[in-house]
Amino acid sequence: MSVVAAPGAMAPRESRLVPRLLIGAAVALSMIFVVVPMAFIFSRAFAAGWQAFSQNILSPDTLHAIYLTMLVAVIVVPLNIAFGIAAAWVVARFSFPGRKTLLTLIEIPFSISPIIAGICYLLLYGRQGLLGPYLLANDVQILFALPGIVLVTMFVTSPFVMREVLPLMQAQGSEQEQAALTLGASGWQVFRRVTLPNIRWALLYGAILCGARAIGEFGGVSVVSGNIRGQTNTLPLQIDLLFHDLNVAGSFAAATTLTLLALVVLIGKTIMESRRA
Amino acid sequence: MSLTVQNLTRRFGQTEVLRGIDLEVKSGELVALLGPSGSGKTTLLKIIAGLDWPDAGRLVVGGEDWLDKKAQERRTGFVFQHYALFPHMKVRDNIAFGLTVMDRAHRPAPATIAKKVEELLHFLQIPHLADRYPAELSGGQRQRVALGRALAIDPAVLLLDEPFGALDAQVRRDLRRWLREVHDKAGTTTIFVTHDQEEAFELADRVVVMGAGLIEQIGSADQIYDHPASPFVARFLGLTVEIPVTMRAGRAEAAGLDTSALPRRAMADGPATLFLRPADITLLPSPEGAFRVTEIATTGALLRLRMEGPADCQAEAELPRRAAPALSLGQTVTLRPEVGHIFPGSPTPAQPAPAPAPVSLIKESSR
Repeated sequence: MSVVAAPGAMAPRESRLVPRLLIGAAVALSMIFVVVPMAFIFSRAFAAGWQAFSQNILSPDTLHAIYLTMLVAVIVVPLNIAFGIAAAWVVARFSFPGRKTLLTLIEIPFSISPIIAGICYLLLYGRQGLLGPYLLANDVQILFALPGIVLVTMFVTSPFVMREVLPLMQAQGSEQEQAALTLGASGWQVFRRVTLPNIRWALLYGAILCGARAIGEFGGVSVVSGNIRGQTNTLPLQIDLLFHDLNVAGSFAAATTLTLLALVVLIGKTIMESRRA
Repeated sequence: MSLTVQNLTRRFGQTEVLRGIDLEVKSGELVALLGPSGSGKTTLLKIIAGLDWPDAGRLVVGGEDWLDKKAQERRTGFVFQHYALFPHMKVRDNIAFGLTVMDRAHRPAPATIAKKVEELLHFLQIPHLADRYPAELSGGQRQRVALGRALAIDPAVLLLDEPFGALDAQVRRDLRRWLREVHDKAGTTTIFVTHDQEEAFELADRVVVMGAGLIEQIGSADQIYDHPASPFVARFLGLTVEIPVTMRAGRAEAAGLDTSALPRRAMADGPATLFLRPADITLLPSPEGAFRVTEIATTGALLRLRMEGPADCQAEAELPRRAAPALSLGQTVTLRPEVGHIFPGSPTPAQPAPAPAPVSLIKESSR
């Protein structure tokens, strides 16, 4: 990135003024839209004091929601990494009919509202759905259980890793991998010692974005989870539920937890970016 | 190891990239594949490395059929034009790579690998670069590392694709001499691809001239330079002036041409084409001359002239400016070729010569 220094003192008035105005507007907008609301969450969560806060957080249902959310992220992120690398590799290294179409297909979740994903899964796996009777007969529970939540979260987050890794793979080309082959490396050695180190930062970055999205996913999950307290409620759903229960303090406490999780991820991303630069 | 290529063909869709290549390379030989871009030379190199596969033909190295082997099993240590060093590894680890990926049964002990890398670093005159990353090296240094990485595995055949293509002129000349030394000391059978005839001639034991998927000529630098085997080779070597002549009793004849300096040829009478280098033409100003000077350009040391002859025949000449006769635009001259090559048949019309860089420069500067 190249940053332009402020113009010298002899620059015309407006060329000094415009950058200042824009900077001021950017700062003001991020304060109004991001910082103030977030600060408000924290202040409300702690309004009744530490005691009330920890009580709200430690309520079994909220604890379970935290656990479930983390579990979903832990399952989804590795699967996404595997899928993202495979998809990026195929698209970057091979030319085949339908390559462009595949690329578009993989990016669909970016543009589709997550709630549509949820409804798709409902229609597919639900009791009246396409596979519903078969699943029921074989006693497989997908909807209103962990598998459904994981599937929808997978759908929503699937493009993240691939989108980060692909441009790098395309820019790097395949010569390093070919060189490694002619030096006697096996396919796995080429991947582990040449391909993977080259994409490691993009991969981590993609995984972090994917993790953040997985933790925060609401719309799609709300359709397939069934909102069973202490069983299928993820943290975002739990916040929604507490809020509608008029348990504002509890809702804000849970929101604080989710926000903190997101902040941890954000800090991780920032560290990653500074290392990559 | 010796290498035999037999009747190798390769098609990309409709395009025939290799149209039946036959080639023998002796053990320890240094061979250049020379040709313009699109002649199939890099494809041939990649097929030898196992990075591409032919549609038909045979490839035998050291008595083994290499078309039964994958790239990993051939272990050629292909050197890419842009080096393809591993950016996340130090120079030392780049060079050691081929040794560290060997299977457990054959892999040398870490100490042995370190010792071998150290030896190679000294052999390549880069011991001070051992702990740097590729991004911290100049082009020439990267090329040395890439070669070291390939030599570390004691390749059966060392393959280099345009090894000096991405370097500036001075580094190019130095590395060329250095590569010859490395080859002689290491004794590896080496094949390299280039489009630069000077590079091919200076470096290689034998030069293989390729054009449009076929081998046009194989020989030493002198053989090819003095006796180009086909009009294609002649054009590629800078004999870019083509004048239609008529053969009569072994002599080439044409209006405005004084061919007294050319020896008689054992060629049948009839139409033929005389191929000349612009520098091998002497201009004799003469009122009856059939060629008219249309352009004069100077490079300081040289005068470059374009002339128009009978039947739209275009000719170029290059002569030392200080020794040149006084010439002006529109003047008529007679051309006296000092050296030239004659191939039977009329010149192929409107076929641009696949000229090497210096010749195309002349055209541009005199335009």
